[in-house]
Amino acid sequence: MSLRAENLTPGSSHNASLVSDLKRTQIVQYAGASGDYNPLHTDEVFATEVAGYPSVFAHGMLTMAMTGKMLTDYVGDGRLTQFGVRFTNQVWPGDDLEATAVLQSIEEHDGVKLANFEVTTTNQDGAVVLKGSAQARVD
Amino acid sequence: MAIDKFPVEASHIMMFARSMGDENPLYHDSEYAAGTEPGAIIAPPTFMQASAQFDPNYFLRPKPGKPWFGSGKEATTRTASIPGNDADTDDKKSGGGGILHAEQRFEYHRHPQVGDTLHAKVRTGKTWEKEGKRSGKLRFTETITEYFDQNNELCVTATGVGVTTERAVDQ
Repeated sequence: MSLRAENLTPGSSHNASLVSDLKRTQIVQYAGASGDYNPLHTDEVFATEVAGYPSVFAHGMLTMAMTGKMLTDYVGDGRLTQFGVRFTNQVWPGDDLEATAVLQSIEEHDGVKLANFEVTTTNQDGAVVLKGSAQARVD
Repeated sequence: MAIDKFPVEASHIMMFARSMGDENPLYHDSEYAAGTEPGAIIAPPTFMQASAQFDPNYFLRPKPGKPWFGSGKEATTRTASIPGNDADTDDKKSGGGGILHAEQRFEYHRHPQVGDTLHAKVRTGKTWEKEGKRSGKLRFTETITEYFDQNNELCVTATGVGVTTERAVDQ
């Protein structure tokens, strides 16, 4: 499944729910799979008593990974050519996240069509937690 | 953190995909993957981050016999330095600063697949400073990691920006 350029116009958008009521256990799962065991993400005692945060919080890269799932579900597997983000707010246990891709432009190089998207992930309060862009090869 | 050998393995991709809530069979079923456009189990878009598993000195992994700054009997092990903090601080609460991940970009030249053995070269990019409203002075550092395959062809360029904060980000 891939996108066709003729079906896309600037402003075309796709959105998906990434997670609802994010669990600490999922953050632990991501720590184990990624190898990033920073206790800020998995150790409530350290995060609150030492680091001064209200609780543990998710790795930015977990939010990026989940946002990447929205993109690959939309543009097709193996189609991304670029994906870049800024982490603008922390993601906490209990958060609901939703991600949106909005088409900005389509360019063509040597017969290859590339679609440029703006990517935004927001939480249940509407706060932007991740903002960036992605480029994907389309048919 | 140069990485000499990062084997792209099926069970690692399966666990990584599970952790991000992605049940796409592309990430765990090689027969299914063979019939897709990529033709094989490929790495999810942010999987290069998991190369930390293959960095023998990765600083955010506890190691046997070495101090670790997470909680045990105490909320932190004072003998272990907290990455990004001044080690000689007396006030535990001032441990709120640290390194946070500010930005991440990936450029895909080819999506790595199961069976590839990658190696990575790392260099430091730009550095800059900014006064943050919510966490004091911010020091940004860019790190560029290039992942090459067994034929020495560039697969993924990853650019990370880390930010060192003076104190915990105000909520």
